[in-house]
Amino acid sequence: MGNAVHIVVCAGIVPDPLQTLEPITTPNGPGLKNEMVLPAVLDPWAACALYEAASLAAKNPGSKLWLVSLGPKAKLQQVMMTVAQKVAFELVPIDGPIGGFPDAHSTAAALAGAIDAIPGLDKAKLLLFGGWESATRGAGVTLQIVGERLGITDQFYGVDQIDLREDGFFEVLERVEGGKHQVSVCAGTPAVLGWATGNLAEPRNNPQVGMANMRTIMPALQKAKPAALAANGLRYVSVSLPKQQRTTRVVKDLTPDQIAAELVEWIGAE
Amino acid sequence: MESILVLTHADETGSALTKASLEAVTAGQELASRLGAPLAIGIISADATNLSKALPSAKILAVSGEAFAQSRYATDTAACEALCRAAGATIVLVPAGARFSRGAAGVAHRLGGFIDTHITAIGGTDTLEVTRWFYRQRVEAVLSRDARPWFLLLDAGTHAAFAGAGGSASVESVNVDLPALRTTVSGIRAPMQDAQTIRPDAKMLFVTGAGWTKKQPDGQIHAAEAGDLILGFLRQTGASLGSSKSLVDQGGEGTPVLPFLTHMNQIGQTGATPRHSKGLSTCCHGEEPHVVGWRFIADRRAISLDPNCGWTRGKADVVYVADAFPVIAKVNELLAAKKA
Repeated sequence: MGNAVHIVVCAGIVPDPLQTLEPITTPNGPGLKNEMVLPAVLDPWAACALYEAASLAAKNPGSKLWLVSLGPKAKLQQVMMTVAQKVAFELVPIDGPIGGFPDAHSTAAALAGAIDAIPGLDKAKLLLFGGWESATRGAGVTLQIVGERLGITDQFYGVDQIDLREDGFFEVLERVEGGKHQVSVCAGTPAVLGWATGNLAEPRNNPQVGMANMRTIMPALQKAKPAALAANGLRYVSVSLPKQQRTTRVVKDLTPDQIAAELVEWIGAE
Repeated sequence: MESILVLTHADETGSALTKASLEAVTAGQELASRLGAPLAIGIISADATNLSKALPSAKILAVSGEAFAQSRYATDTAACEALCRAAGATIVLVPAGARFSRGAAGVAHRLGGFIDTHITAIGGTDTLEVTRWFYRQRVEAVLSRDARPWFLLLDAGTHAAFAGAGGSASVESVNVDLPALRTTVSGIRAPMQDAQTIRPDAKMLFVTGAGWTKKQPDGQIHAAEAGDLILGFLRQTGASLGSSKSLVDQGGEGTPVLPFLTHMNQIGQTGATPRHSKGLSTCCHGEEPHVVGWRFIADRRAISLDPNCGWTRGKADVVYVADAFPVIAKVNELLAAKKA
């Protein structure tokens, strides 16, 4: 129990990456066409954080794992049907708007408030996990502000690995430029870790884990508190799809040698 | 009236500012000129004495000391906060390298300000408007904020690096009250030089897809040959290596396919969106590398066996319908002969 940690993973829900997205204007600002019916998944980088958190919790008996997620209750329930089968966690849902256009500062305030109110959470043992960016807003801002609001000044981003030592210290590998990692050692919890991909594969679905999770997820969803996100002076001038469509030259009738010669010329051209 | 602060930091040698920092200086100069606003530049480094010589005429503020030689959230945020308070700026331009990306939002929060990141353009006429992408480079938005201070984290490669004559302004030293430090940076872990395949400054991005490890016309998988061809191409061209998620995941599942690939090579939805002037995609049929990963690649070509691949059509400038194995083998041969 010496290294038992309390891990809170912040993870949003995002449209399935294979969906075609079309921005529209709604009474509440920009949004996506048919946003509520687009298939959704757990944010990919945050999902990596969740799997790493579950692995870390499993290696350190006595640890606890919460998943805090902000989104419309109906979409959260839909996504949790799948996510719940991956690893064991306790859901802390916040009933709020979907998508990447709401202000990150307001999102962070709602998340920090929810984390602060988790019963039984020992903040001295807290490891706050999440993706280093989301697949919606992709700002890399929310987790930092949540950490600041919780008074945590040891924060790490682009994390691919954490090694928790016997003495409670942990080593972290953060991505830096050029395909390298910065190696740091932190003197124990609390800390914030914004994950890149980590090293773990996606766990297989486990229906038993899913059933156990859903026993607490459904009541939690019913009790989810609504969160209204302030704009904080953020104003969208325009939201559009990129117009650039290239005229692709399809080359079908050249031999490999001829293609290679053309490519070498192209590579050498300034 | 607006006032502008550009935050910069030294590179890993400590003797020069990073390229991204100098790009932010250019952006700051342009913005200050357009708005008629005063410009200040803040430096974070172990020793700022010589770094200011590379900067234009402006108010120069510096936080110096051994604690600031390395990137660390607690020290970087404390330093940036002190520089921002000393400058009192309404607009803070920040270069989006690994160092400042991990702390700028925290600083904005401490100052009661707001931040927007991945800024690719600064414009507007009566008001300041900035451009950024949402949904992993699928949707582009122009936005504005009334609240100040407003932090703008500028994507690398969106402005030219400042290279003008240095100004003669003196450097004003700013003191920082550091909190008790609990994190020690023990160094940088890099792959062996031969295995370093991620090269942000390369002119070309070479993208590999899962087709390299699929069965070839003889019914066999030629992963070792694929690896040799890919590494040979990187050696000859100095290109940076990107990969589709599916190919990287194969490596992670323990299959001995292309052992030099890691998740750090991945481009697309959960990978990078690098900036290079040219990109060559091979054996890659997914949407993510072409739509998301290629967003900031200027000149794009692809080698694909599928003449109807919907993801290269309209995304690439040229698609060669061919088997990448003999093509890349011949390219390597021609490049080697050219060098000899």
